[in-house]
Amino acid sequence: MTGEKITFLVVAVLTLVFALRVVTTGNLVHAALWLVATLSGIAVVFALLQANFLAVVQVVVYIGAIAILFIFAVMLTRKEMRDRGPQLNQNWWFGALLAVMTFGGLFALLQGWNGLSNTPAAIPSGFDAVSVLGNALVSPDAYVLPFEVASVLLVAALVGAVYVAFNQK
Amino acid sequence: MVPLSWYLIFSAALFSIGLFGVLSRRNAVAILLGIELMLNSVNVNLAAFWRYGDVMDIAGQVFAIIVFAVAAAEVSVGLALVISVYRRRNTVIADDLNMLKW
Repeated sequence: MTGEKITFLVVAVLTLVFALRVVTTGNLVHAALWLVATLSGIAVVFALLQANFLAVVQVVVYIGAIAILFIFAVMLTRKEMRDRGPQLNQNWWFGALLAVMTFGGLFALLQGWNGLSNTPAAIPSGFDAVSVLGNALVSPDAYVLPFEVASVLLVAALVGAVYVAFNQK
Repeated sequence: MVPLSWYLIFSAALFSIGLFGVLSRRNAVAILLGIELMLNSVNVNLAAFWRYGDVMDIAGQVFAIIVFAVAAAEVSVGLALVISVYRRRNTVIADDLNMLKW
């Protein structure tokens, strides 16, 4: 057991516990705060994978923007925040069964694959993942088209969100 | 070093928890919370395959960035819809939104 393994196990178990709290907590503000904790755990997982840029983007975009948006939405629909009656619908057992079966299926699928015990090659010295990523995102030989499509999608989502939520009187 | 399987099993478990949230919660905002968990588990998988495959090939991280953008777009439109529905119907319980059902 190296330090990295111990760190990963602690972070992974904590993240899964937080995620379970997200889907089971009755109070939605608390669920959104548990989501912030879960997203922080995933940012640590990105850092363990040496995907530094993803870890930073996870904190800035997910925790800084999306989680706050959730908290705003919960407060704007405040009357239902502490919901009357059960938080889970009457088919929750079916959802639980399907989730367990999905996990079991993925687990069984992974057992039959021989690349599982792979350990990563060391990152070559002088390799700067952030600069390679930035070049790939704007290079015509690489991913400039998905990048532009993503920006168009973001503009469309922005306009659509404003239009849908606009209060026409 | 941590073997690849640990990351994949972690992300499979996170995906299943998100799936349970999507299928079982009654509140529309809580359903969106479950979708966020599922998208995050996909990102963990993409980053893990980048790190354990060819590090020079940055495709895994690019895909993760695109997923971030799609998640941001999805959650902004989804929450706008929830707020709009709340204004008109005064509820965010998914079971009560049955205008298209007969």
